Amino acid sequence: MSQSLTKGSADVAAPASHALDFGRAWEYAPSVEAADHVQIDPRYGLFIGGRWVSPRSGKYFQTVNPATEQVLAEVAEANAQDVDDAVRAAREAYDRYWSKLKPAERAKYIFRIARAMQEKARELAIVESMDGGKPIKESRDFDVPVASAHFFYYAGWADKLAYAFHGRTPRPLGVAGQIIPWNFPLLMAAWKIAPALACGNTVVLKPAETTPLTALLLAKIIEEAELPPGVVNIVTGAGETGSAIVNHPDVNKIAFTGSTGVGKKIQKAIAGSTKRLTLELGGKAANIVFGDASIDQAVDGIVNGIFFNQGHVCCAGSRLLVEEGIHDVIVRKLKDRMQSLRVGDPLDKNTDVGAINSRAQLERIRELVKAGEEEGAERFTMNAKLPEKGYWFAPTIFTGASQANRIAREEIFGPVLTILTFRTPDEAIEKANNTMYGLSAGVWTDKGSKIFHMATKLKAGVVWGNTFNKFDPSSPFGGFKESGFGREGGRQGLAAYVEVV
Amino acid sequence: MASEKKTAVADPVASTKALPAEGPLVKEWTTRKERVSIAKAYKMYVGGAFVRSESGRYFQVASTEANADPETVNVPRGSRKDIRDAVLTAKNAGAGWEKRSAFNRGQILYRLAEVMEARRPELVASLVRGGATDAEAEVEAAIDRAVFYAGFADKYFSLLASQNPVPGPHFTFSVPEAMGVVGVIAPDKPALLGLVSTVLPVITGGNTVVALASSVDPRTAIVFCECLATSDLPGGVVNVLTGNAKELSPHIAKHREVNGIDAWVVDADLRKAVEADGSDSVKRVTTHVPMDAEAWLDADRGQGLGWIERFLETKTIWHPVGV
Repeated sequence: MSQSLTKGSADVAAPASHALDFGRAWEYAPSVEAADHVQIDPRYGLFIGGRWVSPRSGKYFQTVNPATEQVLAEVAEANAQDVDDAVRAAREAYDRYWSKLKPAERAKYIFRIARAMQEKARELAIVESMDGGKPIKESRDFDVPVASAHFFYYAGWADKLAYAFHGRTPRPLGVAGQIIPWNFPLLMAAWKIAPALACGNTVVLKPAETTPLTALLLAKIIEEAELPPGVVNIVTGAGETGSAIVNHPDVNKIAFTGSTGVGKKIQKAIAGSTKRLTLELGGKAANIVFGDASIDQAVDGIVNGIFFNQGHVCCAGSRLLVEEGIHDVIVRKLKDRMQSLRVGDPLDKNTDVGAINSRAQLERIRELVKAGEEEGAERFTMNAKLPEKGYWFAPTIFTGASQANRIAREEIFGPVLTILTFRTPDEAIEKANNTMYGLSAGVWTDKGSKIFHMATKLKAGVVWGNTFNKFDPSSPFGGFKESGFGREGGRQGLAAYVEVV
Repeated sequence: MASEKKTAVADPVASTKALPAEGPLVKEWTTRKERVSIAKAYKMYVGGAFVRSESGRYFQVASTEANADPETVNVPRGSRKDIRDAVLTAKNAGAGWEKRSAFNRGQILYRLAEVMEARRPELVASLVRGGATDAEAEVEAAIDRAVFYAGFADKYFSLLASQNPVPGPHFTFSVPEAMGVVGVIAPDKPALLGLVSTVLPVITGGNTVVALASSVDPRTAIVFCECLATSDLPGGVVNVLTGNAKELSPHIAKHREVNGIDAWVVDADLRKAVEADGSDSVKRVTTHVPMDAEAWLDADRGQGLGWIERFLETKTIWHPVGV
């Protein structure tokens, strides 16, 4: 089912005269990643205190392949009692084992996790793509290797923490409750668990309810790496499970990645407690293209900025700000480039854009796209023949939008780009910063000094010059304003998991 | 207006007595040998100017010193509108302050220490009037704190920034950056050192401040503002309001243009309320049970890099490398 685009066929809207037309020459034979060596259990329990246990709730929920709507497995639904078990296990493991281990020994366990992830990389990538809908080339070349690298990076910090805080003494916080989203399930688990363990904390982690499988495979790796039992506990479930973690009195720290709405609720819920908090929330990043940029490079960067991982990226470049003089040429080239994207089977190695993660998310994208049309912006959607089963949304751009439109203000979290224009650098900065968010931004220009100038003025936690959506364990990531606080990655990422005395 | 506890004004009804039957009709009064002093009208400090509350409200603060002249002073009781004006002023002052060179910010902070040193007797006298137990030590520590941050202004950056060894043709680095406007709810005690210790690290990092002064001894905070006003610090970088913390804190915590809050209040419910109110705009809120006097005086516990770092963002920049 590696359906890619079908240019030139009868059901396609008449192309503009300039449009590229490859005819049938652009169709590739399917190149589907073999999944027969991957075993997904029919049912998963909770990983608590080093054991796989059935949930006290007695309930299980299904996790579905969004590309086929087929059930992949049943997963335990942790209730407040289960969460309490996990927190108590984490506390016990902290007191009995983890805090007594020498930092250098602690490091070795974390290194082991990184190595085992590399050994199981193929399996992890396939399951990630099956459970979440992302193209295998992304899970294989980005999610899994970067997740492993994250463990490798932070493992090395465990016995070097004293160097990180300039003479001040860092101490672990205790039990960290961590709640992660469905867009980068394994990678987010790594971003959360690795620094927490390196700093000497124990962990209760809840993966998102639509993508629990790779976190459970990670639990298996942690079990096989023979970490002291209870150091990492994985509880699966939805919002109520998360709220049980947030409200548990014996959790010392909450780390959350997800929507700004939920982030605010968490911040409010822990008011008056001594719990520490870091939030990595939504975004509406400006991707700014100046007239002196390399146009073709910028077009590819725009595509990567918004269509990477179906646009399910908190830092996606979802607001394109184009210098007025090059607007038309950028839009024309962007449309052509979009026509060459392949939308379809996540397991096909040719696929550029996979399935939307869930039906609920698809509805959300449709609602906002409809709002965009109703508010008068002009929509262009690439011609793609979408599979009949599964959740799909073809890459879409809006031109002629205003800053006040919902599609220019709200996080769509899908493959939908809103294009605005500007005339001067000051206007670009003004428009880029005109949002409650401040997670990331992109600047495309041939002039290095201009990149530095813009980067200084943009209120965003990460600014990419002539690139977009680049991540590395050594590079701190996190937001300004309502995109959250705290950083993940780098030396700065340690601060979220220690108390500095 | 509800009187504060320390108010010396007697209840007019309870003290009503019949006029004495004989002797002088007027109360006893000794002619002063010195000249009659000029009482100061205490005002809040906003945008580099000394202003009354737009609300026209006031509260009274008595002196704990014997023979104080006058015994009681009127201090503006700030309002929600005052907070909003001050936040706007602080926001507008932000770009200019952050743009100044680190060296220049350090020099201004050092100038502040010089001015405080020169006004030392006045600060001490004011603290004594406000009931401070060890006014001398408190003023000395406050001045030393200004010097500490003066020297830190061009150094924290190097300590907190990093170059990140990422793969690929990218020069990637992370730098600390000011958050913007920070609301400081200063501890009631120590009135001077508490305000100085909480405000200076925040402006050292390039932020601007809307501070709520001690309600026990707001006068000393205002004397400190007079030091700020003569220290080359641009107007609007530090704005100090006086009034009731319980009334005003929610307005700071809910204000969307306030990016961070540092609250030092005894009342646990108020701390919780500030944290909850701040969540609506994902503010960086830190609340503290106020430290004891000894801790404020201690250079290890009352100052440091962490005090600056608390209100800085980290910005990561990926710059292309190539020919």
